Amino acid sequence: MDFGAFLFLAFLEGLVQAAVLTLTAIGLSLVFGVMRVVNIAHGQFFMLGAVVAWWVTTNITSPVLGFFVALLIAPIAVGLVALASERFILRPLKYDAVATIIATIGMLYIIQELTLLSFGPDARPVEPPFYFDVQFPWFGYSGYKLFVIAVAALLLLALKFGARHSQIGLVMRATQFDSDTAQAFGVSVGKVYAQVFTLGAMLAAIGAVLVVPIQQAQYLMGFDALILSFTAVIVGGLGSIRGTVLAAILIGLSDGILSVFFAPTLSKIVAALFIAVVLIFKPEGLLAGARR
Amino acid sequence: MTLRALRPAGLHVVAVLILFGLQFVLSDYEKLSLTRIMVLAMYAVGYNVLFGYTGLLSLGHALFFATGLYAAGLTTYYFGFTLPEAFLFGVAVSALVSLIIGFVALRTSGVSFMIVTLMFAQVGYLLTSYFIEYTQGDAGLSLTGSRRIDFAGMSLDLGEPAVRYNLALLFLALALLVVYSLVRRPGGRVLVAIRENEDRTLMLGYNSFANKLWAFVISGTISGTAGVVFALLFGYVGSSFASIQYSIDALLYTLLGGAGTVLGPVLGAALMIVLIDKLSEFTVAYLLFVGVALIALTLWFPRGILGTIRERWAPWIP
Repeated sequence: MDFGAFLFLAFLEGLVQAAVLTLTAIGLSLVFGVMRVVNIAHGQFFMLGAVVAWWVTTNITSPVLGFFVALLIAPIAVGLVALASERFILRPLKYDAVATIIATIGMLYIIQELTLLSFGPDARPVEPPFYFDVQFPWFGYSGYKLFVIAVAALLLLALKFGARHSQIGLVMRATQFDSDTAQAFGVSVGKVYAQVFTLGAMLAAIGAVLVVPIQQAQYLMGFDALILSFTAVIVGGLGSIRGTVLAAILIGLSDGILSVFFAPTLSKIVAALFIAVVLIFKPEGLLAGARR
Repeated sequence: MTLRALRPAGLHVVAVLILFGLQFVLSDYEKLSLTRIMVLAMYAVGYNVLFGYTGLLSLGHALFFATGLYAAGLTTYYFGFTLPEAFLFGVAVSALVSLIIGFVALRTSGVSFMIVTLMFAQVGYLLTSYFIEYTQGDAGLSLTGSRRIDFAGMSLDLGEPAVRYNLALLFLALALLVVYSLVRRPGGRVLVAIRENEDRTLMLGYNSFANKLWAFVISGTISGTAGVVFALLFGYVGSSFASIQYSIDALLYTLLGGAGTVLGPVLGAALMIVLIDKLSEFTVAYLLFVGVALIALTLWFPRGILGTIRERWAPWIP
């Protein structure tokens, strides 16, 4: 295989990573952008999505049917958990920045430990819905991975269209822009917050269902997802959705390259330092030009 | 001076005396647990300076505890530092690391500050597993070498439970004294003013950055010193002390006992550690309880035990 083909393969792998990360990170970014809440439990919504996907696919014999049912059920189940935690935890705390961080840390532990008790500590694989390789001139590539990229791209387009042209999207954007004025114009801000928090969690769950046939479901997988999403949100500029998408794609693509040069621990160290340094010296994000 | 004016100081003296007296009634095992609790309480007392009094939520204080722990532990293990040398070195390194981290992290505020401290602590934790050859990671190192200190004609053996207990109490009492005298002075009032309204404090002519940095260094150094004491008393250093879990523990103890009260973290640490020790006998998922406690405290009991007592009955508690 020549170098060009190798680069193309690395690019495809990076794109798969980017697709999943984008979905997860957008959820975090939406919640922060609209509600000003840092959801430390976001990674757990991702993990929960993966675990529900495992549960659904092991209970349905046909891998294709199982996968598509999981793609439907996992976001709904995770969305309900998020809706309940918004209603009974975040709302009573009045979305206070400090209190919600502490409470979402609590949610992180609760979700993680309940999963440990029910699902167990082992990593469990999920059957992909289909096996076929797309033949490129140089190599065959997993059709499922291409499917992941396509689904994520479609969802992104749908989100963008929804934000621009639907009533809910308009109200969400208005709330993000200025929640007091939105309320004065009759927008039910509380309802918007509940919708945004649920939507954010559902996006993470969809990302997890897509990735779980490639990775495995494990009860500790949420933390790395959280850190990666944080990186995307912060590099893209806190609260900027477009920045987050761009950053997630860049991070996904460069992740393959980073992991070639650095040991896994070292690349995690670099990522954590990178987040801190960006927040300290360039708090508006590296892609600040892409705001709004 | 009337008796009333002596109440705040008296409360703390009585608390320390009670801890001193307990060693004569407790069994050896209970004494060992209480020794550990006092060292971790000291860690939380340091944390409280930043979170409780200055209003800065750090999610990475395990970094300072681990800095002290490893600075004292690694020098003892690899360079054969004596106990006093390792102690002084550990405290100095903790102060230096808090100064550096504080200097950069305090350029941010609010949510960014929390994430920055979380990330720095994560870097610290990952470094301990990256240099696993030297630290042995989670398994940790058992410190060998002399466990005796010869000091002013006395010879102290750290193998003795009573010696360990009283040294832990001594350092906890010192930390309480530092915090108590800090918050009773005008300098401490400025910190509370920053917590309540930073812009207004700035407008009144106080240098809020310098004050916050000062609080950060005191906080980090006390927590770091707790790490030093832990390493030297128990002769063990391991990377689990650098994990995020440990940072959250300091927050949890402080919240439960009462943020912004001098004795709150001690009370919170004691209750929480006893509870968690009991729970972990029954289940591997004791963190579930930690999660429930964090949410319940923020929702229904945000002032903690001493904070609530101060609000309802005893406004003089510092």
